[in-house]
Amino acid sequence: MEDIRIQGTPKTPTVNFISSEGLLEIKGRSIPENSIEFYKPLIDWIESYAQQPNDSSNVNIQLEYFNTSSSKCILDLFKKLEAINKSITINWYYEEDDEDMLEAGEDYEAIINIPFKMIEVEEI
Amino acid sequence: MKGEFDIFDIYHGLERNNVMLLFKGELTPDLINSILHIVEEKMNRSDTNLKIRKKVFNILVECLQNLYHHNQIKSSDIDANSDFPAGMVMVAEDDDGYSIMTGNFIASEVVSSLQKKLEEINDLDREGLKALYSKILDNGEMTKKGGGSLGLIEIARKSGEKLEFGFAPLNNMNNFFSLNVKVNH
Repeated sequence: MEDIRIQGTPKTPTVNFISSEGLLEIKGRSIPENSIEFYKPLIDWIESYAQQPNDSSNVNIQLEYFNTSSSKCILDLFKKLEAINKSITINWYYEEDDEDMLEAGEDYEAIINIPFKMIEVEEI
Repeated sequence: MKGEFDIFDIYHGLERNNVMLLFKGELTPDLINSILHIVEEKMNRSDTNLKIRKKVFNILVECLQNLYHHNQIKSSDIDANSDFPAGMVMVAEDDDGYSIMTGNFIASEVVSSLQKKLEEINDLDREGLKALYSKILDNGEMTKKGGGSLGLIEIARKSGEKLEFGFAPLNNMNNFFSLNVKVNH
């Protein structure tokens, strides 16, 4: 299957979905007015990936900001990942002292049945 | 030249109240980018800490998107020359922190449900807001315009203060809805 590589913009994140490496990476800002448009292809990609996943998958979510319109799409994306029956971890990055972003990760962790790793970094 | 509408007075009023940004008009996605950029740059130059800057930015994103999606006016009895539906947004700083204020037009029939939502949100504490957020996130219906009241709940969570709001009837079909969100240091 084809990889997804999208450059970030002021309102949408950088995306790297690389099936051969089992790497799914979303970085930057996700604050578009209409998030469904942006996330639909990503969710579709995961649906196909879940049918033939790598032995282990790493999902890196490294967001500086995301809006509530994106939050539902990100949840849908995580729900598609739940279908992967091989080793998978969601690495949730947050900036030092950004308790709100840590809490946002914990909100997802409470809903999604995949192990989360909370990773504090100096800057996103 | 001194009329009843003096731009210099307005300027001083804005300066006195430490207004960082004031916008009135119809929002577009590009304008939203510009407004966010201006406020972010100004905050970066101030000594406000990252946590507060992020809260203000997040709240401003939700407020602007509420204005973008929900500003509407029922037109039959409005002067065709007016520039409705013009929304307003203002960001000001004072000794306590920041205020993000918005004003927009809404149809009279949605006033009572919006008021009820806002009162419900104001009745909840931190944990209550977190629980409601997760519940709507997990079960709520999402539309192109957003996720029901998820935006308002998020605004209240990030603010940590009660939301101040008001409705001013414009005529029997339309109301002006104002919202004031505070982020204290």
